[in-house]
Amino acid sequence: MSMFDGFRFRRASSPIHQLDPRVKFLYVSVIFGVAVLFNQMLPLLVLFIAQIPFVIVARVQREWIRSMKGSAIFSVIIFSTNLLSLYFYGSYESLEWLVERSLAMTLRFIVLIESFSIFFLTTSPDHLGLALEQSGIPYEFCFAFTTAIRFVPVLAEEAQSIMDAQKSRGLELEKGNFIGRIKNYIPILIPLIVSAIRRSLELAEAMESRAWGAIKKRTNLYVLKMKQGDYFLIAISTAILGLAIYVWLYIPIPYLIEIIMP
Amino acid sequence: MIEANDVYYAYPNGVQALDGVSLTIENGEFVALMGQNGAGKTTLVKHFNGLLKPSKGDVLIDGVNTTDVSVAALARKVGLVFQNPDHQFFSESVKKEVSFALKNFGYDEGSIEKRVDWALSLLDLAEYREVSPFMLSGGERKRVALASILAWDPKIVILDEPTIGQDHAQKDRLRQFIIQLNAQGKTVVIVTHDIEFVAECKPRVVLMANGKIIADGDTNRVLTDQDLVARASLVLPEVARTFSELKDLGLPTDVVNVYEAGKVLLERFGKTR
Repeated sequence: MSMFDGFRFRRASSPIHQLDPRVKFLYVSVIFGVAVLFNQMLPLLVLFIAQIPFVIVARVQREWIRSMKGSAIFSVIIFSTNLLSLYFYGSYESLEWLVERSLAMTLRFIVLIESFSIFFLTTSPDHLGLALEQSGIPYEFCFAFTTAIRFVPVLAEEAQSIMDAQKSRGLELEKGNFIGRIKNYIPILIPLIVSAIRRSLELAEAMESRAWGAIKKRTNLYVLKMKQGDYFLIAISTAILGLAIYVWLYIPIPYLIEIIMP
Repeated sequence: MIEANDVYYAYPNGVQALDGVSLTIENGEFVALMGQNGAGKTTLVKHFNGLLKPSKGDVLIDGVNTTDVSVAALARKVGLVFQNPDHQFFSESVKKEVSFALKNFGYDEGSIEKRVDWALSLLDLAEYREVSPFMLSGGERKRVALASILAWDPKIVILDEPTIGQDHAQKDRLRQFIIQLNAQGKTVVIVTHDIEFVAECKPRVVLMANGKIIADGDTNRVLTDQDLVARASLVLPEVARTFSELKDLGLPTDVVNVYEAGKVLLERFGKTR
């Protein structure tokens, strides 16, 4: 679960927190795009390191490190499946080459987690909703989206209570073989789903009794406005994208092993 | 027997929920754990069946340290009934719901059948045997939750907020039921805010505030002490308040419920008539 901790917003203030979420999303998308563009170790490593200053400026190091730790197990899975599939189905050049290719794929995943974690750690659900709304998405969808995000911690807490209740009735989650273990989660999942449905019905009733949707055209107390910092981040994102495309088109990227062991 | 020795517990988010709690509950005792929201009552009882392990200090159940055994092993002795029954229902019938724990504990089919019947009749639920627990009323759901714990006949029964969402008649039945359980030799611990309910049950009362135990004694002593009760963000029972208002008449002040009040008043004023 700790991987998801790296996506949970905590109220804090930093220059990164104050940026326009739309611009932050643009930045994350650029990083995403560039990470997918390259499958070599070197540019991905650069991409990974280049984001660390953001983490430090946003002062979310601790949560960020936790999300990195949480993704460790997935990284291991990605690394080993890549290694095996390249070995059996790819063209085998050398062991070093195999390891570097697999490491690059793993790093690509880590870079994606890293950038999305920065985005979600520094963007409040309210801001996110506002950004969606001002991008012209109907309010109903924005509201559903922000509510879903806001309910994640509530559901996590509820899942914990349910687990406690079932463990108190002798349920052992770690007991049994693979199928058995999956089955063990049924007594957790059913109450969780039932209560989520109940909660959403209750929420709908409460919202409607407070005249939700009475006026078609809504106005907002806060309006997102681009500031200097936002234009700066747009410039950075465009520069990263431009540079990446240039490198991708014209510059042959050496393998890391070639540099270390010429 | 439950022994908590200088127990400290902090949640992962840093909240210090228990701050040096020592408490011994003998076999066959009836204890009410009271205090404001966030005082640490639920956290403490979750230590009694091993759901939580102390960060410092230790909890012993019949001499066994809770850190040495699994929750499932402890649960056979310590039945914990949670506040919200909806956090445990998942089966299509009340019968299956009640047999869930019995299956986990490895009882055979025959004794499961017998124990389910016994637990359901104990709580007046026999007619709902094949009904879905989701279709029952709030009070009935709470009783099914209780039946699903009592089915394996644990030695110690802990009820977290048993009176919440119950109407007066249900509370009365619950009180009689708890007293009956206790009379049969079970250790009963209730966690509650409901001071009137406690005043009528008259258990040993343990008051908690900010992760510490601030008072421990019999109902008539603890629930008539205005300062103590206020520290736990509670208000004296109505009858105790009335008698503390009337103390100038020379009436005793350690009266907590209507039954006791009637007795005292009869003794005092009944004869002069």
